[in-house]
Formats: sequence, structure tokens, C-alpha cells
Amino acid sequence: MTIMQSFSELMHQRQQRETVKRSRLVETETEVSKLDVNNLNFFYGEKQALFDVSMTVPERSVTAFIGPSGCGKSTFLRTLNRMNDIIEGTRLTGKVTLEGQDIYAPEVDVVALRKRVGMVFQKSTPFPKSIFDNVAYGPKIAGQRNQKELQGIVEQSLKRAALWDEVKDRMQDSALALSGGQQQRLCIARALATNPDVLLMDEPASALDPASTARIEDLIFELKQNYTIVIVTHNMQQAARISDWTAFFFQGYLIEKDRTQKLFTTPKKKQTEDYITGRFG
Amino acid sequence: MSVSGSLREPALAKRHRIGQLFEWACCGSTWFGMVVLSLLLLSIGWKAMAWPIPDADAVDRAAATKTDAKANALLSPRPLSTRFLTSYDSRVPQKAGIKAALWGSLWLLVFVTITTVPVGVGAAVYLEEYSNEGRWKRIIQVNLSNLAGVPSIVYGILGLTVFVRMFGLFGHDGKVLDFNLGFAMLSIPLPFERSVISGALTLSLLVLPTVIVAAQEALRAVPSSIRTASYALGATQWQTIRHQVLPAAMPGIMTGVILSLSRAMGETAPLIMIGALTYLAKCPGKIDSLSAVWQHPTGLLEAPFDVFTSLPIQIFNWVSRAQPEYDHLAAAGIMVLLVVLMMMNTAAILIRNRFQRRTQW
Repeated sequence: MTIMQSFSELMHQRQQRETVKRSRLVETETEVSKLDVNNLNFFYGEKQALFDVSMTVPERSVTAFIGPSGCGKSTFLRTLNRMNDIIEGTRLTGKVTLEGQDIYAPEVDVVALRKRVGMVFQKSTPFPKSIFDNVAYGPKIAGQRNQKELQGIVEQSLKRAALWDEVKDRMQDSALALSGGQQQRLCIARALATNPDVLLMDEPASALDPASTARIEDLIFELKQNYTIVIVTHNMQQAARISDWTAFFFQGYLIEKDRTQKLFTTPKKKQTEDYITGRFG
Repeated sequence: MSVSGSLREPALAKRHRIGQLFEWACCGSTWFGMVVLSLLLLSIGWKAMAWPIPDADAVDRAAATKTDAKANALLSPRPLSTRFLTSYDSRVPQKAGIKAALWGSLWLLVFVTITTVPVGVGAAVYLEEYSNEGRWKRIIQVNLSNLAGVPSIVYGILGLTVFVRMFGLFGHDGKVLDFNLGFAMLSIPLPFERSVISGALTLSLLVLPTVIVAAQEALRAVPSSIRTASYALGATQWQTIRHQVLPAAMPGIMTGVILSLSRAMGETAPLIMIGALTYLAKCPGKIDSLSAVWQHPTGLLEAPFDVFTSLPIQIFNWVSRAQPEYDHLAAAGIMVLLVVLMMMNTAAILIRNRFQRRTQW
């Protein structure tokens, strides 16, 4: 099957790239789980959006969620840092733990959770402020007042988001003057500035041109050395290119989750195979 | 060569004529308002720039009283002059001015702003950002719109009862609360009587619904993605409102506030109801110039509880007098009021334009 072949080719390219990278890293064989989700059901009012989802997200890896529109992958992503709390009339049963702590426990402060689990959205949402103020916002509201420290954090975050060289001379310019791809990297830098462990990305490259998309993907590849990344994507090639694990959602159910290579080359479920070979979705 | 249909159609001409008529009608509506308004302005401006031509009787009377040169020097050559701005109301029209009214309006403006902005913006923030959608919010919302349509004279009666008389709670003579601030005494009379603070609070109530609705619109126009992004960075709701939502909504809020304030500045009826329509030859707190503030700064503490008059009140006062000269004084007063209001509206437009360029999503 040609599509399967093209996927295996992608995998092959990736492995080559990864071996170069990993020569610098200490390879850990056992995956440490960062997020654990058990029997999660999610409701928008009366309508159930997620059915009995259970999965683990391993530390320092990229986990991709794929599936057709409206399959619940974004909703699921948003349950991981409780962004759904903002929407009125939502309800959830089940358990989500971050390093063993139940994030929906009554004593958990959502604000503290969101500092550890950062998020980047589909549409880049720079604040109508300067580039510096955008990145410094997270640390500032967390109480960081020291200007020197802030500058350090901003520089480091922008460097990690591979944006520093492009903006270092115009930190006081409006963030809205940046290009779409730059704005998205700025949003990633902004999320990194609060020093999270986990980075959730909701289709971070879907509104970008191919060149900017490639930069974001490279960036994600770099970031997984230090962060646990969960990414929702419409683009299966993208999932295949950047993720270690892939989860396939369909109509609110988690159909299959496996190593990316396995899921794309030898899917266990019929629905998964149909989806990745383009028979529907 | 065959022609499938003619490009000329007589019936179309009629349709075009109807369209033409409609255009003329719309054009006429535009110009009707403009022409009437400019005629009004011209006649008022003309009145403000010259005294009425005295009739024969008045000339005789003037000759009989033999006004001396010294007294003549104090008279204004025309109603709208610098003297008009710097003198108090007078029985002699040529000596009358609107100083007391200008200072009174300024005090009103200050106190209406102080009371309206925090309460109005606070209510709007609560309704838009905190309160849940539901029956209560809908009831409040509908009532806000209704309140915005209540005639201003009704607010006057409200102000009279609540602020001027305070339901008669403090007896016939009232009470005075004294506070020693260290450097001066602050005396607050209860009830407020017909003081600046009564007028300002009444006008505040009058414009609050409009301010709240305008501020709500401004808050609603802030894209929710900004809020979500802020929450995702670990901001609390208050931090999100304080650092993202309010700054983004500020130009809209300010425009609404300034337009409401200029409406408050032009209001007459509620102030008449609370009893501000009197002859007055002093400014609130005896502050009649900037230097007076330095000379007796305690006047700043007295002014809010002092009697006052305002521009529209003064105009109303003059219009209701018999001598034709007062008509012209009223015209001069209207010119001053219009200039003040136009300045405020210009400020609103400038603020809007300035911020609009800065924040674009």
C-alpha cells in the first residue's frame, strides 16, 4: 500500500535525524509517565464529548493526537490543563494525574496547574503589547518583579523558541507587527517563560505556511529534550514527523494509542487504518 | 448575426427613476438636519456677538439716568466677551457673566467622573466577566436599558429625595459630620442639601446606565482568545482582567464615559429639580481661579458641599427673564456650553482614533 510506504519512508528519515540528536542524549529505555488519564468522560452540558478515555503521556516525548474534526482531541487536550473550566456548563468524570497528583482534586489551584502545564493555541494570540511584555507576562503575574531576572527569562525563552535572533533588536516593538510564524513562536516562548513541565499544543502550525510550519516542527523536536509535549494535529504527516507516540481519536473515543512508528505502519484497529490511509476523515 | 434580446428596455427607465428619487430623498434628509442646525447655530452666534438694538423708550431711559463714563467702562461691548467669562451673574445684563456657572460645571464634571467611572466600569466588568449567564443577568440587563431611557427629570426627583433630603432622616436641621484631616477640617453636612455633591451624584445616576452599557460593549469586543491565552499562562481572573481585558477595552470605555459626561454637562432638568436654579454670585468653595486654590486650599474641601450653578442652569435662568438683553446673554452662554461639549467630544474621538491604531487584532 503506497500510503503506508510513504509513512515508513517518513519514519526512516526521522530515525536518521533522531540518531544524530540522540548521540548527545542519554537514552532512557523505560518511559516515565508524566500524565495519566483514567476513564475520562467529558460533557458539554448534556452532550458527551469524550467516552471513557484512558492513556498515559510519557515524559520528555512528543505525543500527537490525530483524528477527524469534532472527534474530541482538542477537548481532551484542554482537560489536561483544565482550560475547559472556563467554558460554562462543562462536566467531567474520571481522573487525570500529573506526576501522580490528581489535577481535578478540590485542593488543586488551577492557576498553579496551568503554570506547570503550558498551552499554545491554533491561532497565535499575542497580547497587544511589546514583544518583551508578551514573554514577560507569565513570570510577571507570577510575582517576578526583578527586571534583570525578567530579562534573563525573556532571553532564554525566546532562544528556546528559536526567535531570539529575529527579535533581539526590537524587543519593545508591538508583537502584532511580527509575521504569523513569528507570532506563533512568540506564543511558544511565552508559554516556556513560565517554566512548565508539559506543553500542550492545539494545532500550532495549522494556520502557518510550510516554511513556518517546518520551523515550528523543528522547534518541537528540540523542545522535547526538556519538556513533555502533547500536540493536536490535523496533519498526519506532521504527527508522523514529530511525535514519538500517536493517539487516534474518533467520535469521542480513544481508538488506539501506540508508538508513532507502529501506529502508522501496523495499526491494530481497522478504523485507524482507514483514517491514516485516507479512507475517511 | 442574431440578437437574442434588446439592450434597451423602456420599463427599466421607470425603475431607474424610482432609484433616483430615493437617492434625492436620502440626500434631502441629510441636508434638512444640517441646514436647520447651522441656521440655529448662526442665529445663536449672531445673538451672542451683539446686544439687541435698543428701542426708543430704552434710549430715552438711558439718557434720563445719565450713565457716567466710569460705569459705562464696566459694561461689555457685546454679550460674548472675556468679561462674560470672568464675571458673575448680575441684574445689569451688560455686567453679567458665567463665572459661577463655569466653575460649578467644572466641579460637577470632576465629581461625576469620580463617581461614575469606578461604579460604571465595575458594574460592566462584573456583568461581562464574572456573572454567569442566567435569568438574573437578563433581568439586570433589561433594566439597565430601561434605566437609560428614563427621563432625566425623574432622576432629578430621585436626587432630591435621596441626596438633597436623604429621606428626611437627619431631621429638620440636619447634621454635620466633622473630620479632622490633620491639615484641615472636612465638614460633611447631612443631608447634602443642594450642593455640588448632590448634583454630581444625581447626574451620575443619570449617566450610569449608559456608561455601563458602553463599557459592556467595549469589554465584549475584546476577543476571548486574549482571555484564554492569559489563563493558559497561569493568570488569575483578576490578573487577566487587569492586565489584558481592561487595557484592551479602555479606548471603548473612555469614549463611552466621555460622551456620557458631556451629556451630564448639558443636563438641566435634574439640577433644577434638586434646586440649583438660583441667583448665585460665588463659586463653590470660593475658588474662582487657579491662584485661589493656592490662597485657600481648604476651599477644595468645602466646594463639594457648597451651593452651585451650572452652565445649562445659568442659560435656563437667563432665557426665562423678560429683558431682551438676557436672551443674548443666554445665546452667549450657549456658545460657551457648545464649545465645552465640542471639546469633550473631540477628546473622545481623538482617544478612540489613537488607541484604535495601537490595538488591532
